Amino acid sequence: MVELIVDGHRMTVPPGQQLLAACLAEGIYIPHLCHLEEAPRPAAACRLCFVEIAGVPAPQPACTIRVASALKVRTDTPAVRRLQRMALRLLLSAHHIDCRRCHANRACALQSIARFLKVGLHPKPLMAIARPDEVDRHHPFIDHYPRRCVLCGRCVRTCRNGNDHPQFSFTGRGIDTVVRHYASNLALDKRCSECRRCVAACPVGALQWRREGAGASESVD
Amino acid sequence: MSASETSPLEAWTALQAEAQQRERQRATGHPIQITVGLASCGIAAGGMETQAAFAEAIATQGLPAELRTVGCCGHCYAEPVVIIDHPQSGFPALFYHEVNPGKVHMLVRNFLLGGDPCLEHVMGAMEANDLLPAVNDFARFGLEKRIVMERCGRIDPASIAAYLADGGYGALASALALSPAEIVARITAAGLRGRGGAGYPTGEKWRLAASQSATERHLICNADEGDPGAYMDRTLIESNPHQLIEGMLIAAYAVGASRAKIYIRAEYPLAVSTLEVALAQARQHGLLGDAILGSHFGIEIEIFQGSGAFVCGEETALIRSMEGFRGTPRHRPPYPSVSGLFDAPTVINNVKTLSIVPPIIAKGADWFRGIGTAESPGTAIFSVVGDVTHPGLVEIPMGVTLRHLIFDVCGGIPDQKHFKAAQIGGPSGGCLNETFLDTPIDFDTLAEAGAMMGSGGLVVMNAESCMVDVARFFLEFTQKESCGKCAFCRIGTHHLLTCLEALTKGKAEAGALELLQTLSEDICNGSLCGLGKTAPNPVLTSLRHFAEDYRAHLEQQRCPGLTCRPLIAHYIDLEKCARGCDACVGVCPVAAVFTTSTRKKGIDIDLCIQCGECIAACPPQYDAVRVVSPPALAPRVERPQTDPPKNAEEG
Repeated sequence: MVELIVDGHRMTVPPGQQLLAACLAEGIYIPHLCHLEEAPRPAAACRLCFVEIAGVPAPQPACTIRVASALKVRTDTPAVRRLQRMALRLLLSAHHIDCRRCHANRACALQSIARFLKVGLHPKPLMAIARPDEVDRHHPFIDHYPRRCVLCGRCVRTCRNGNDHPQFSFTGRGIDTVVRHYASNLALDKRCSECRRCVAACPVGALQWRREGAGASESVD
Repeated sequence: MSASETSPLEAWTALQAEAQQRERQRATGHPIQITVGLASCGIAAGGMETQAAFAEAIATQGLPAELRTVGCCGHCYAEPVVIIDHPQSGFPALFYHEVNPGKVHMLVRNFLLGGDPCLEHVMGAMEANDLLPAVNDFARFGLEKRIVMERCGRIDPASIAAYLADGGYGALASALALSPAEIVARITAAGLRGRGGAGYPTGEKWRLAASQSATERHLICNADEGDPGAYMDRTLIESNPHQLIEGMLIAAYAVGASRAKIYIRAEYPLAVSTLEVALAQARQHGLLGDAILGSHFGIEIEIFQGSGAFVCGEETALIRSMEGFRGTPRHRPPYPSVSGLFDAPTVINNVKTLSIVPPIIAKGADWFRGIGTAESPGTAIFSVVGDVTHPGLVEIPMGVTLRHLIFDVCGGIPDQKHFKAAQIGGPSGGCLNETFLDTPIDFDTLAEAGAMMGSGGLVVMNAESCMVDVARFFLEFTQKESCGKCAFCRIGTHHLLTCLEALTKGKAEAGALELLQTLSEDICNGSLCGLGKTAPNPVLTSLRHFAEDYRAHLEQQRCPGLTCRPLIAHYIDLEKCARGCDACVGVCPVAAVFTTSTRKKGIDIDLCIQCGECIAACPPQYDAVRVVSPPALAPRVERPQTDPPKNAEEG
C-alpha cells in the first residue's frame, strides 16, 4: 500500500491506483467531467481535475496520475483553482446556458462544479460562443444537443467499452468538433434501446432518450 | 551466401564498386551533363517545362548530352535551377538560375552548340577555377554548413547507384559491425537533439526504448510536416531519400526495432513516390528486408500516409492515427519510448534527425560535436521565407545569430526596408524583434525568448507587417487544426482568435490585452498536448516584444504595419498624381478610383476595399498612392457629380 496525504488528510491506497479515483473514494472532491472509472486510460480531456503535487512544478490532472510512491497532494492551491476556473469558464462559454428548459437542470455537472469553484454561469469576460440551435436526431432513439455538449467523451467511451460497434464518435475539428452517431445497422441500433448507458453517462444533458416508438426523424443538417 | 561468409562492410564495398562502375558507364558517351532541379519547388517554378525543352533540344539536335534530374539544392529564389557540365567547352560546371524554356533555347544554341556559356545568366561555377567566381564565393552558398543537405541537389534521388557511389550506406555497413549499444552511445556522445521541435536528446530516447523488455519495438519516422511555410522534410525526402532510409536502418538496429514505418502526409505525392522508388531499390540491393548487407539484422520499412492533420505531427496523435483511430493526442507519460504504437515501445524521430544519423556514424561523435554549440551540436535547417532577398532552405551551424542568417546568408531585406520581426518555429514558435538579432540560435536560447526551434520555419518580416495580424494568422491555423479533445485548446484558442480578430478590426474592448495574456498562459499550462501548450506562443511573444502594435490597435484603432484592412485607408496625393494618367483606374476591382475636377485621381473611400492594387499600378516616378492608419487621416476628396460611381460588374 502507498501512503497519500491529500490536503493534510492521510490515506493509503494500493499502488497503481488512479489519484482522482482514490480522492473521490475518500470523499475528497476534485472537479471532473470526463473521468470514467472503468476506462483503461484517462481521456484527460476536460482539464478540470488539476491538483498540485509536492515536488512537481506545475498542476497535473489527477486522472493521469497513477500512485506509485508516497505523494503529498493539494487540491486547492491558487494555481490549481486558476486553471480549473479558466477551464470551466471556457466550457461554459461553449455551452448553451438555458438551464430552465434543460432536462438536466439541477442534475447538471456544470452547475455543481460552477457552484464549487464559485464561478458564475455566464463566464465573463469570455463571450458566449454562438452556435446554431439544432438537435441532432441521427440516432434512432437518442436526441443529441450539440450546443449543450461539453465534449467530455463519456458517451463515446462508454459505448466503445461495452460494444464492438461504437455508436458515437467525434467528428470535426477545433471549435467545430462534435459527437455524432454514424452507425446505421438496425440490429445494432436495437441494442441501444436496452442499453442507454451513454445517456446516463452524459454529465450535462446533451443526450436525451427520445419517446418510445419515435423512429429516426428526417435529417437535421 | 550465408551471413558468415562476408561482413557487411565487404558486402557494401562490393555494392559500391558496382554502383561506381554503373555511374561511370552512364557518364561516358555523354560528354555533356545537364542537371535540372525537380523537387516540388522546382516543379512549381516551371522546372518540368525547362526539362522538356532540354529533352526536345537534345532529341532534335542530336546532342551528346545526358539530362539528369536532381532534387532541391535549397536555393528557392533561383528556381528553376540548371547545372551544365560541358568540359569540352573549357568551362567548369556552371550553375544557371531561373532557367525558363526561352533560356534553354538560348543555352542550347550558344553554349552547347556554340561554346559561349552566356556568362550573364550564370550564377557561378560549381567549383573554384581561374575563369569566373564559384557559387561557394557567394555568401548564400559559402556560409552554409551542409551535413544533412550535403547531397541534396547534387545526386539523383531516383538512383540508388548515385547514393552508393557517393559513399551512401557506408555508415550502415560500419554500424552493423558495432553493437546496438555502441551506436546508442555514439549518438548520445554526439549530443544529437531531435530536430522535430522540442530538441529532446535522441540518444536518450533510443536508450529508453531499447531498455524496455518487449517482444516488439517500433521505429517511426515522423514526416508529417505541417507548419505553414516549412518544407525541409519534404525537400530532404524528395532530394535524398536514401539518407533517410539509411538513418532509419541504423536507428532500427540500434533500438532493436522489428518494424519501421514512415508517417508521411498524403499531400506530399512526390515525396511519397520518391520514397516508394527508393525503398524498392534498397530492397533489390539487399539493404532492406532479411539479412541486410548479409548480416543477421533484417527489417522492412513501410510507408503510412497520413491525411494531413497538423495534430498528427504530435507523437501520441500520430500513433493513434496509425492504430486506425481519430488522430487525437493522449496524456504523456507513458511516453511512446515506453508504450507507443499498439502499446509497444516506439521511437519516433523526425526526418532531419534520422538523416543526420549516417554522417554521425560515419564521421564520429567528436566531429559532430565540433559543429554548433555545446548544448545544441550540429546544424539547423531553416526554411527562410518572407521579406528576404534569398529565401529557401539554409543549413547553418547551431549558435549563429539571426542577424548572420538573415543579413549575411540570406541577403537581408529587399527594397531597403527595415527589419521588424522574425517568426521562428511556425504555429508553436514566436515572433522575435530586432533585440534578438544578435542572440545565437539554438534550442535553449529560442525557448528562453518564448519561441522554439520548431521544425525550423523562419518568416522574416519588414516594417510593413502587423504583428497582431501575424498572431491572428497563426491562431486561425491552430484553431482549425486543433483536434478538439481538450477544453483549453479547443475553446481557448477560439477565444484568442476572436479577440485578435476584434483587434485587427479595431473593435476590441478594454481589457482585451489582459484577457489575451491570462488566457494564453492558462492554455499553455492547461492543455493536454504539445500543440495546445505551444499554440499561444505567437500571441505571448508578440504581446511581449511588440506591445506597441497591440496598443495602437486597441487604443487608437491604428495599424502601424498598415496591414489590417479595416484600420487603413488608401488615398491619392494630389500633388504627386499626374494629370491625365489612368494607370490606377483600370486595376481597381471595385471602380473606386475617380477623376477629380483637376483631372487627377481620387479614391472613393466608401467603395475602396484597401486591396492595394493602385499602389502597384501607380508609375514609380509619381508614387502618388498613400496608405494611412487610422482611416480618418486620409484627406477626403469629393467625387465630382460628372463621374458617378459605376457598378464594378458592369464596368
